[in-house]
Amino acid sequence: MKSLEELRAIREKMQSQVSMRAEDHSHIRVVVGMATCGIASGARPVLTTLSNLVQQKNLTDKISVTQTGCIGLCQYEPIVEVMEPGKPKVTYIKMNPDKAEEVLERHLIGGHVVEEYTLNSADIK
Amino acid sequence: MYRSHVLVCGGTGCTSSGSQQIMEALKAEIAKNGLENEVAVVQTGCHGLCALGPIMIIYPDATFYSMVKVEDIPEIVSEHLLKGRVVTRLLYQETVTPAGVKALVDTDFYKKQHRIALRICGVINPENIEEYIGTGGYEALGKVLTEMTPDDVIQCLLDSGLRGRGGGGFPTGLKWKLAKQNDADQKYVCCNADEGDPGAFMDRSVLEGDPHAVLEAMAIAGYAIGASQGYIYVRAEYPIAVERLKIAIKQARDMELLGKNIFGSGFDFDIDLRLGAGAFVCGEETALMTSIEGNRGEPRPRPPYPALKGLFGKPTILNNVETYANIPQIILNGPEWFASMGTEKSKGTKVFALGGKIHNTGLVEIPMGTTLREVIEEIGGGIPGGKKFKAAQTGGPSGGCIPAEHFDIPIDYDNLISIGSMMGSGGLIVMDEDDCMVDIAKFFLEFTVEESCGKCTPCRVGTKRMLEILTKITKGQATMEDLDKLEELCYYIKENALCGLGQTAPNPVLSTLRYFRDEYEAHILEKRCPAGVCKALLSYHIDPEKCRGCTLCARNCPNNAITGTVRNPHTIDQDKCIKCGACMEKCKFGAIYKQ
Repeated sequence: MKSLEELRAIREKMQSQVSMRAEDHSHIRVVVGMATCGIASGARPVLTTLSNLVQQKNLTDKISVTQTGCIGLCQYEPIVEVMEPGKPKVTYIKMNPDKAEEVLERHLIGGHVVEEYTLNSADIK
Repeated sequence: MYRSHVLVCGGTGCTSSGSQQIMEALKAEIAKNGLENEVAVVQTGCHGLCALGPIMIIYPDATFYSMVKVEDIPEIVSEHLLKGRVVTRLLYQETVTPAGVKALVDTDFYKKQHRIALRICGVINPENIEEYIGTGGYEALGKVLTEMTPDDVIQCLLDSGLRGRGGGGFPTGLKWKLAKQNDADQKYVCCNADEGDPGAFMDRSVLEGDPHAVLEAMAIAGYAIGASQGYIYVRAEYPIAVERLKIAIKQARDMELLGKNIFGSGFDFDIDLRLGAGAFVCGEETALMTSIEGNRGEPRPRPPYPALKGLFGKPTILNNVETYANIPQIILNGPEWFASMGTEKSKGTKVFALGGKIHNTGLVEIPMGTTLREVIEEIGGGIPGGKKFKAAQTGGPSGGCIPAEHFDIPIDYDNLISIGSMMGSGGLIVMDEDDCMVDIAKFFLEFTVEESCGKCTPCRVGTKRMLEILTKITKGQATMEDLDKLEELCYYIKENALCGLGQTAPNPVLSTLRYFRDEYEAHILEKRCPAGVCKALLSYHIDPEKCRGCTLCARNCPNNAITGTVRNPHTIDQDKCIKCGACMEKCKFGAIYKQ
């Protein structure tokens, strides 16, 4: 190790991984439905995309990506819920890796809900 | 990149309850489900709640599973890791509430703790230097070498108020200052990891869980006093700690965080391990250094103090593992931050190893000034079986006990000394009404007699005489004159022994005499052990009213001391009885009692 910069480069590389191991309730929680119905309709790539992007962008100290079981709306899977402290829950439906990336960019980073993908905009009979 | 990290405790406690097998099973099961690129399995150091081991924590949701068995692994992988459904039955009971799963930091065990020395113990993989760097590791060393002078470093420690965590409580900054003032061609930095107190294991846990923090702090110490060589003296009985230290030293050397010209500053520092063969006296600083020199581990008189003439006759500083673990954080967060915690004269936090009659045995780190009541009743979860608290023993064979009347005393160095105990390295053994205080004193004396190096007469002969008197008392053969003689011996040894081991050896007797003299007197005058522990003063009896004559006790007696016929009350032959208590344990009707 010849300089502090060298140390900080390693720190930055590792930080996003290590800071996942914290318990912080001010986190934005992103929850992917991973029951049989979710997995069958492609939730796993959605989950890994979200998780990888959050780590690549060094956001693990603000956003945690976890999975949950079936929330009962199997026909709309893969479902991603975004829970931000102090704000109403947003439910995204029929997700795929591309849509997930868009949600991350526009909603989680940009702060604007991507209305067209939400459950609210779906035509529920 | 992994979406989930599964942390499995690889500390000594969890390893002995099978965490290695769990880790292997977990890796195999994860591979079977094709999750090996999504889920990372990380072996960590001790997480503190050893009573509930083996422990597993799954992030990012921070789910805390306790007492995990190999059979549980398929369920954890398919339910939790694949489908995201928490396996409720394995959760730490206290976190399960009607409103959902409670965060670990909100549980009684963790909420009053404040972790500095144990900051990342149980969070990072101790065998991976990059994870340590990822949590800010070696940042303090970088700061010290590039921005601070040795005097700045020492001033920072003086301002922080950090005192030696090995038990003595000497101000660390002052120790460093003295060593810096003495000019020499070579100086040394030593780490005392010869943790020998029965029941104490915080140093082991720090070395197992966060070895780089100790290496980093020793390098900082080397810079501050002008030393280029460090030694860690660690017990050979700590195989996991030794292994992780070896790995850590190698990784630090590979990254040039140890060695020549660290951070391009021109400062050289290297560390070597020295394994102790297990003598308790080698935890005493002069004996430890004598042992590193390759000689028989015996203490020598002080002065000269190590700061002037230490290892190989050169100026040396010797600090304890936990002391070092605090230092990088003090450098990074500033002395004011550290001094804001604790009491007037004892700053920061202290790690305690909770043991004995307590629910949550394990490792806790609390701010100085926390009361014994908070530690035992809240963090420790109280005493099992609704028994009454009698005393807590701190400081091991050099310390004393804290009785119930001092239950609300804020724990710090000076308060513990004032009530006849001491901080010690941090073992805290809880005793309830079933513990005999004379027996406890005898236990510690047996330990000191065994461990006395024999160099000075007061310790070699004196402690042996003390043990003889204590043995007489527990057998009901002592007189009140013996008790006076015992007390006199205590003061004599305290004043005349050569080193700390001898000088503090009488403490367990003195403090139990101070608070529990009535128990000593009951043994001597009434030939009775109030707690029912001392075998010579006990006898087992069968209550003929309650005995149904099932013959179970007679069949289990190893010495055939119980006679009787079926469906008739049995009797115990007192001459044959060896007082093992097997009959009492087996009796289904509670008919056997001891008095």
